[in-house]
Amino acid sequence: MTKKHLHFYGGVHPQESKTASGAAIVSAPLLATYVVPLQQHIGVPAKPVVAKGDKVLRGQLIGEPGGFISAAIHAPTSGTVKEIATCLGPAGNQLPAVILESDGDDLAAEPMPALDWPNASPDELKKRIAEAGIVGMGGAAFPSVVKLSPPPNKTIDTLILNGVECEPCLTADHRLMLEKPEQVITGARITARVLGVKRVIIAIEENKPDAVALLQEKAAGTEVEVRSLRVRYPQGAEKQLIYALTGRKVPSGGLPMDVGCVVQNVGTASAICEAVCEGKPLYERVTTVTGSPLVAPGNWRFRVGTPYAEAIKLAGGVKVDPVKIISGGPMMGMAVYSLDIPIMKNCSGILLLAADEVRQYESSPCIRCGRCNDTCPMGMMPGILSVQIEKERFELAEQWHVLDCIECGCCAYGCPAGRPLVQLMRRAKGEVMAARKAKAAKKA
Amino acid sequence: MTAVIILTLIGVLLGLAIALTVRYFGAPVDPLAEQVAELMPGANCGACGFAGCNDYVQAMVSGKAKPGLCPSQSADALQKVCVLLGVASEGRAEKVAVVCCSGTDQYAIRRAFYNGVNDCHSAMLVAGGSKGCVYGCLGLGSCARACPFGAIEMRADHIAVVHPEICVGCGKCVTVCPRRIIKLVPKSAPVHVFCSSPEKAPVKRKVCSAACIGCRKCVKAAGENQMFINGFLASVNYENPPSADIVAVCPPKVLRTEAQPAASAASAAPAAPEAPAATTAP
Repeated sequence: MTKKHLHFYGGVHPQESKTASGAAIVSAPLLATYVVPLQQHIGVPAKPVVAKGDKVLRGQLIGEPGGFISAAIHAPTSGTVKEIATCLGPAGNQLPAVILESDGDDLAAEPMPALDWPNASPDELKKRIAEAGIVGMGGAAFPSVVKLSPPPNKTIDTLILNGVECEPCLTADHRLMLEKPEQVITGARITARVLGVKRVIIAIEENKPDAVALLQEKAAGTEVEVRSLRVRYPQGAEKQLIYALTGRKVPSGGLPMDVGCVVQNVGTASAICEAVCEGKPLYERVTTVTGSPLVAPGNWRFRVGTPYAEAIKLAGGVKVDPVKIISGGPMMGMAVYSLDIPIMKNCSGILLLAADEVRQYESSPCIRCGRCNDTCPMGMMPGILSVQIEKERFELAEQWHVLDCIECGCCAYGCPAGRPLVQLMRRAKGEVMAARKAKAAKKA
Repeated sequence: MTAVIILTLIGVLLGLAIALTVRYFGAPVDPLAEQVAELMPGANCGACGFAGCNDYVQAMVSGKAKPGLCPSQSADALQKVCVLLGVASEGRAEKVAVVCCSGTDQYAIRRAFYNGVNDCHSAMLVAGGSKGCVYGCLGLGSCARACPFGAIEMRADHIAVVHPEICVGCGKCVTVCPRRIIKLVPKSAPVHVFCSSPEKAPVKRKVCSAACIGCRKCVKAAGENQMFINGFLASVNYENPPSADIVAVCPPKVLRTEAQPAASAASAAPAAPEAPAATTAP
């Protein structure tokens, strides 16, 4: 039974290119070295609790949360800590990292005891989620225990599980839902128990009818509802998802909790289920490695710390030289210049693009066509904003809600003048945040 | 004929009205402030810390600020201002800006092709910019655009060069540079180290052949405390700089008198990655 859902304003429908959706998840083989970043999440980096020469087991804590908004890091395999150094991150910055030399035995540390979640208290479950280092696996990597602890004045009544995977080319969540449906549903129910909500909706886009049918079958008899949404990018963006399912609009500058909702990725739910029911911390994730230059695109379960070069090797290497390598999806992912970057908890895809799939363009002035206004899902005016940002009028950009930009890329996707709109928005957001920080520091 | 007379009359009446309005309703004008304002450069660069030249003039005339904060004023004009205000003339350290990098396209390698907004701040958002050295000049012109005097040349080989004869040392470029490699130095300084990377020499040389290798030849050749060395990066002590002939000892020619890129004896940069199609860059 599919209830009607609302259509959010704007959005685009890029080519879905879900070529890897038929590839079942394969567990990646053990590597000799893992470069495990201590910052795989939004917030403060984790503090290392191991030193050079220490022997660790798979799943052992190697980094403890460095602050309130932080997460724990666990060893992806058993071995010896070669050194605590830095590694290159997907954003081009250096991240603190633990270089782990695997001993080949892959021995597991004692798992945390399985919890009887229907009877465990929300606090016990939250403690387990924190101990397992669970972060949002949809890409943002926000520490889950923080998201699941809204302030007392915010009443949450709906949990939405994001199985939409609206980014073209990525198929990791789709395969996870097909292969581990019970885990996803149990994870949803555990999260609902933590939040104390009765209403749980798993949202999936219509282009995954097999996942919709399977999850509906498995969720029958539980409080979990499975809904199929029309295919439109960015349907998986949390504000758009909340609107489609509940009709509620998150206020400008607000968060989903302001309208009583919490949105979580299906991968995160699956990780929560493993942490609570099996005592397994988060040290691996499903990533799609795809793109026309690859010999055999597919989906793998990689341990954190696997370099992108290894992932591409597993996909059979390249038959054509890639011109662009993206960490994430084609709409919101980050282009990288090195394959030494390790896969982290938030890496949902590695995408390779060939020369005929990438446009090198000269951007021209805004022609005021308005196409960006038609497609912006946040109802902003990217064109006119970009013109002001080029002139460095950042206070004006702040007044025009540039901080509400979700950087989805719909505006740049359709711009006939080839303007780098998302980059201009990011520039403005950086300047506005810096100005706010400076103002706050002056006041203090 | 009548029309001419009437229009002339209207003209005269309006002229009278304007004169009377200015006489009785005009804003009071401080003749001293006007005289001082004429001696200001009028560039409104903000280096003095005030909101433009007129703001600074008001502050000076009301005694809230001293003359001499304006770096773009000629020494002659400054002297005249001091006389007008009846203030003792103060010495003013003349400064110029220097971009501490030699990484032109000939010497610096790129790690990727950048296609986006041609601005240094924007390029930093994309994996830290496309030049291999993370400490070097991005070469996209944010400083050149910020300079109110047009003193910075953004060369075609992607490096910013300050022309000291035009630069007045207002400091706008220093705050704009996202890599923070522009320094304000005394105009009289004879030499500068045109490199900002603190990395070890082999690491530096991999990304740029015009890098300070930390060999300390300059430190040894100079007098006591004339050159500093911090790890693998040398720098000039601007309070006690060495003389210009020290540039002969520097192997990569990074210690120079002018911002002209290094004519390095070392080989030029290794081949950059092949461009797939149209080029990037301004």
